[in-house]
Amino acid sequence: MIEYVENKEIIARRIARFFASGDVVNLGIGLPTMVGNFVPEGVTVVLQSENGMMGLGPAPEKGKEDKDLTNAGGMPVTVLDGGCFFDSAVSFGIIRGGHVDFTVLGVLEVDQEGNLANYKIPGKMVPGMGGAMDLVAGSKKVIAATTHLEKSGSSKLKRRCVLPLTAAHEVDIVVTDVGYFTVKDGKFRLEEYFAPYTPEWIVEHTGADIVVAPGCKEFR
Amino acid sequence: MIVKPVISAAEAAAKVKAGDVVQLGGFLGCGSPDSIIEALVAAGAKDLTLVCNDTGIHNEAKGVSNGPAPLVKAKAFKTMIVSHIGTNPETQRQMNAGESDVRLVPQGTLAERIRAAGNGLGGVLTPTGVGTEVEEGKRKLTLNGKDYLLEEALPGDVAFVKAKRADKAGNLVYAKTARNFNPIMATACAVVIAEVEELVEIGAIDPDQVHTPSIFVDYIVKA
Repeated sequence: MIEYVENKEIIARRIARFFASGDVVNLGIGLPTMVGNFVPEGVTVVLQSENGMMGLGPAPEKGKEDKDLTNAGGMPVTVLDGGCFFDSAVSFGIIRGGHVDFTVLGVLEVDQEGNLANYKIPGKMVPGMGGAMDLVAGSKKVIAATTHLEKSGSSKLKRRCVLPLTAAHEVDIVVTDVGYFTVKDGKFRLEEYFAPYTPEWIVEHTGADIVVAPGCKEFR
Repeated sequence: MIVKPVISAAEAAAKVKAGDVVQLGGFLGCGSPDSIIEALVAAGAKDLTLVCNDTGIHNEAKGVSNGPAPLVKAKAFKTMIVSHIGTNPETQRQMNAGESDVRLVPQGTLAERIRAAGNGLGGVLTPTGVGTEVEEGKRKLTLNGKDYLLEEALPGDVAFVKAKRADKAGNLVYAKTARNFNPIMATACAVVIAEVEELVEIGAIDPDQVHTPSIFVDYIVKA
């Protein structure tokens, strides 16, 4: 009997392994931001922040915050050597123009058609899409990062999103805390599973059409 | 070189009339023209349409109210055209209560609509929002097999931007991520007022380092 326990760190750790040196990556607020902590040694990625910078560095030491240097969540950050700043039109030119290799963002729902919902729960919570719609439409690869199950026990991976979409047919990869999936031919395809979960458990706990890839293996 | 008038924040606020479309630079309070925002609150500005990335961070428990948040709190806006309101519960309250009309626009589309207005374009074609609620009521065009939405230019009556430095001619230099929407808004409005931290003599800014050419700037406010 496998008991599901939420584990955001494994999601961040697996996503960080997709990157190769030189990739330009945009990390969303919250769980996706954690990905930056797990980029393997020897791999150098360039972080783009949609409020207008490339070469995003770590948070400054306490007392060294600069009011003119923040990330897209409004939090103080630093800039690495070789970084640069630009206005919002250039920033979204970079994003929409296909110059960002990966965008990683959190979801409320993601479905087997590659649709993604993360900006609105009608009548309940309407934070707005911010830059998410442009990031999802323009990045070369879109990675959805999410815990596998809701608190209620239902799957965040759906046959069809019910909430208003952030973008249609744009998600390439979904990483949850039980495994890594690709979206292909209207189905989720399990590529890797994370112990203690097994492919059988994952198929049983995914509320969508799902196949296990022939080469599916355990992630270590 | 023509020298631009240096005015007070209160005089800047007085350039706004009820019903105006006001574009405010800044991104969650970073690069916002705070002195002018304060003066607009003091002047009791009303019935404005806000164009801004967001409605600022408003957190009463932490005593934070930045960007346009003090103006939202003062109910200065009947319409808000922004990309994000998640950090301002007061905006959400006004929207849910029907007190304000909040129109959410994808951030890149907002930037491009403003840029189009400043560049003599009627609008832009963007793939962003295709297949979502954003496409409702808009023309969709297919070019070379790809779908695009026609998004109209978004001009304003008054732009309040924030720069690190200006020379007396009105050439502007921004600092780091405080640049954000400021340079594009400076091109898109009938009247452009720049709040600056430093005001230097003409010639003190290297022409190669100017971010916003002086031609776009009408008035300067020293923060």
